[in-house]
Amino acid sequence: MELKDKLLSSFLAFEENVDVNTDLHDIRSQAIKDFEVMGFPTKKQEAWKYTSLNKVLKHDYTVFPKKEDTIDYRDVEKYFIDDIDTYKIVFIDGIYASHLSATTHEKIDACLMSSALNSSKYKPIIDNYFNTVAPKESLTSLNTAFSREGAFINIPKNTLAEKPIQVINFSTGNESALLVQPRNLIVVGENSQVQIIERHQSLTDHPVLTNSVTEIYADKRAIVDYYKIQNDNHSASLIDNTFIEQHRESVCSVHTFSFGGNLTRNNLNFYQKGERIDSTLKGITIIGGKQHVDHNTLVHHIEPNCESHQDYKGVFAESSTGVFNGKIIVNKEAQKTNAFQANNNILLDDKATINSKPQLEIFADDVKCSHGCTIGQLDDEALFYLRSRGIPMKEASALLMYAFANNVLESVKIPELKARITKIIALKLGVSVGYSI
Amino acid sequence: MLKIKNLHAKAEDLKILKGINLEINPGEIHAIMGPNGSGKSTLSSVIAGKEEYEVTRGEIFFEGEELTELDAEERAHKGIFLSFQYPVEIPGVTVTNFMRTVINANRKAKGLKDMPANEMLKKIREKSELLEIDRKFLSRSLNEGFSGGEKKRNEIFQMAMLEPKLAILDETDSGLDIDALRIVANGVNKLRRPDNATLVITHYQRLLDYIIPDFVHVMLDGKIVKSGGKELAYELEEKGYDWIKEEVGA
Repeated sequence: MELKDKLLSSFLAFEENVDVNTDLHDIRSQAIKDFEVMGFPTKKQEAWKYTSLNKVLKHDYTVFPKKEDTIDYRDVEKYFIDDIDTYKIVFIDGIYASHLSATTHEKIDACLMSSALNSSKYKPIIDNYFNTVAPKESLTSLNTAFSREGAFINIPKNTLAEKPIQVINFSTGNESALLVQPRNLIVVGENSQVQIIERHQSLTDHPVLTNSVTEIYADKRAIVDYYKIQNDNHSASLIDNTFIEQHRESVCSVHTFSFGGNLTRNNLNFYQKGERIDSTLKGITIIGGKQHVDHNTLVHHIEPNCESHQDYKGVFAESSTGVFNGKIIVNKEAQKTNAFQANNNILLDDKATINSKPQLEIFADDVKCSHGCTIGQLDDEALFYLRSRGIPMKEASALLMYAFANNVLESVKIPELKARITKIIALKLGVSVGYSI
Repeated sequence: MLKIKNLHAKAEDLKILKGINLEINPGEIHAIMGPNGSGKSTLSSVIAGKEEYEVTRGEIFFEGEELTELDAEERAHKGIFLSFQYPVEIPGVTVTNFMRTVINANRKAKGLKDMPANEMLKKIREKSELLEIDRKFLSRSLNEGFSGGEKKRNEIFQMAMLEPKLAILDETDSGLDIDALRIVANGVNKLRRPDNATLVITHYQRLLDYIIPDFVHVMLDGKIVKSGGKELAYELEEKGYDWIKEEVGA
């Protein structure tokens, strides 16, 4: 059976386990209908021209995994950032793992989507924000249809979340191939602030497909920093759909570090619904083998006097492929917009590919928009400089790649996270450039 | 120490070095002078092992070993150092951390363990004082946003840290004001020992007032056409290169 048909029939089974007489379920029912009409995206669609899901969709995925409770903290310790105190919301195969988590309801809520969806206390928040930021696209609709679990983070107004929040999705795929669809909702109130670190990690070599949707609502003057670590096994594929709605004077950033995985697609949309908003989208991609990483970004400038900054760096080895598709829309009303976009790439091998495509749709006349894309190799003169100091070729290349990607790391606000990313990069490049750089 | 025999080199199809002969012994300072495009910088790059240039004929011996088949890093491990005319910027890597990487890479090549951190810091402090380098400078990204003078001073600082047997200074005086020139030259002179040697590549005689050479060679069109003592540098400063061109019939 094709995956689409399997999912449509699975929805009927899903309905037997959830309360169908709710507003939420009306949303789900509509979503599965939308998915049925749209189906999975194909390369015929402009936004999917360079990324084919065909191979990824061929596996016979289990949609309802059994609860996995044999995983101990020691087995997965290395995937946590544990040298700082954090809240933790952890899932294994899409099911909440309380023994690995540290949630809270003090001052802020960092807890489960399932409890938020089923509790009357959170109903106003769910009614106001759930499925309001995400656009009606096929993969988002598919996620909405089956939405039941994920991270729920609610920061009331005038509140600083004192610790970063880690959202970690482990997958075991113990029942062979596995499809997981986490659904996260993050609501940050006026003048409030939060830092979130998200990670998807497969613990076996079974094929895993994650179709994740994260909605973030940033109210006036909120500050949100979101970090995504994508360093999964080569059997795991990820479709990450993250949508951010910002209001007046809010400042939001998303950093995406893509080093692992088989196929990774990041759909990252920012909607600026207010004046003097600042949005930052940054990413470092370092891949090899047959890996594929696609960054599909949208920044929609709706109101005047806002800024957006995009900076994506990519290093592609062997026959890996990268895609950067960055769309900026500036509405007619959005005068005095400053929108910057840069996508710089290094191809290390002849078979490596990058498709870089900026798309600017500007309807206002008093704006500053710039975009730049470069594709090159490592600079021979710089390599010679390092080698003439006695640094061997491999380390010299790694040092240059590190230097190339560095300015993206500079804006990471959590030092321990920055150190961890540097370490992952050093491991990935096979050198020790890590120490206190 | 260094013995170059009938060296020919080209870049793509352009012949640049056309039969260089040069011998440098321990304790000596040699200067190579010549007009732009005569091949001076190419010679320094070829000795240091830049792959862009192809050696088509001749040999380079360093302490009796032929170099032309060796990689740049292997030549560095043997004690050859090139101070660049245009040092490369490495954002995100501080001068200190770069130095640590460089020192330990050279130690590793010799089968030694990493230098202990306290020893490294002591050495960095000592050598930075020699070049009048401010401590804040050491925590800046390598060469990023450095002035011309800072870049050159940093090159000689690296040389001081590495203590090479043969140092090649490629146009080290270009872009330096008189104070920076004095500091750089002073550093080079203090590093001078009976068992090391220096090759100064320069366009002008100015640097040679501070770093006094034992031998001066004039390079024209890929060849050394005249050699002499330090007085040759003054003669060139005064008369230019044309008289030599006439003398050698170039």
